[in-house]
Amino acid sequence: MKNFIQCAFFSTAMIASTVVHAHNMWLLPSETSKGGKGGWATFDLAVSTEFFTFDSGAPRIDGIQVISPDANQIQVQNVFEGKLRTSFDVEINQPGTYKIFSASSGLTARWEGADGKRGFWPPRGAKADPAEFATAVPKDAKNLEVTQASRRIETFVTLGAPSKAALKPTNQGLELVPVTHPNDLAVSEASEFIFLIDGKPAVGAKIEVVEGGSRYRLSPGEQRYETDKNGHVKIQWKKTGMYWLGAEYKDNKATKPATQRSGNYSATFEVLVD
Amino acid sequence: MFKKILIKKGLCLAALMASGMVSAAGLNISIEVPKLTVAEYHTPYTAVWLESAEEGDKKTVKTLSVWYADKKREGGGEKWLKDLRQWWRRDGRSLTFPIDGVSGATKLAGVHQLTYTQGAAPLGNLAKGNYILFVEIAREGGGREVVKVPFTWPVEKATSLSATGTAEVGAVTLELNP
Repeated sequence: MKNFIQCAFFSTAMIASTVVHAHNMWLLPSETSKGGKGGWATFDLAVSTEFFTFDSGAPRIDGIQVISPDANQIQVQNVFEGKLRTSFDVEINQPGTYKIFSASSGLTARWEGADGKRGFWPPRGAKADPAEFATAVPKDAKNLEVTQASRRIETFVTLGAPSKAALKPTNQGLELVPVTHPNDLAVSEASEFIFLIDGKPAVGAKIEVVEGGSRYRLSPGEQRYETDKNGHVKIQWKKTGMYWLGAEYKDNKATKPATQRSGNYSATFEVLVD
Repeated sequence: MFKKILIKKGLCLAALMASGMVSAAGLNISIEVPKLTVAEYHTPYTAVWLESAEEGDKKTVKTLSVWYADKKREGGGEKWLKDLRQWWRRDGRSLTFPIDGVSGATKLAGVHQLTYTQGAAPLGNLAKGNYILFVEIAREGGGREVVKVPFTWPVEKATSLSATGTAEVGAVTLELNP
């Protein structure tokens, strides 16, 4: 049994090009389309093996930000930090689209020391302080890999008609730029998005889309896509529902001291109309 | 002589009245809200609209009637108009309610008649082309259904078309008057 598990882990590592991993973080909105004068939307942030069930752990809320339709930052409210989920509310009272997100980026390094031992920076669980990088890696490190890594997780909620002011890219890390507005998705129409890495088209980014409720299906049933030379991807939804979209990108166009660049993006989308 | 004129006038008037009764160019729509035997029945939200067959920017979308609970507290039932999902995406989300001659209270089960006249709001001047009439009904604690009736405008003679839903929408009849 132990061998089997090790073997399973090994094979997962071998096909590391998949975007859906054993554990995925997601940010789930209570709804994505509001009418009238609006009201509250509530959100769950969790890590789990299935979409969207609470089975593994709750990430901390620190980095969550909300951009309102007039492109201002607003505060989340009623934060609840549970064992399996972190929840918060956002008041939706401006017509247009709100973006709820967390984004981070920084350097990570791995190497082999003179004694053959693997080294990592920043150390597990520690926050990276770029100022420490120069002194953190031993001078005699071999096979040094320095990655400029970015992560973004987001979702969108719209009161009335969708708007795009909150959706402007920051040109940092891997980002989704809407061709189809993320709160305007329908089964009968393919949705088109452009992925950018540091503001330029992310060519060959791997995209996976999984419908919620994976616990009740025999297989996760993910759909796989890849962005074209313009960073463009066209997604066909199978039916109405809540979906997780994950994207990963890697290249070696990094700025020193990084040797490679990686971007990780995920979002939750709701397809409301057939 | 005098008598003759009177008769002529009378005839003219009769002719005018007759043409009025045949009704002006436009659409007569009848919608059946089915009677449902459920424990907790709420009269359904309903949207009636037209879409032209063109795609993209050329597409015409005209909302003709929307029935919702406009007396509810907290901004009224407008909050739930989004549950008429297809209409909401096509037009509803861009509109401000209430709209004169379009919005009204929810209707009881039964057959409801609607008349729209060419050249008058909310139909306006319907251009020549192919269209689809949509009737979407969503019920609190119930289902949602969309029924479509495709048609071509204008017509040379009075034409009647119909379609029927299976759950939330009953018979929909569209009469086109030249």
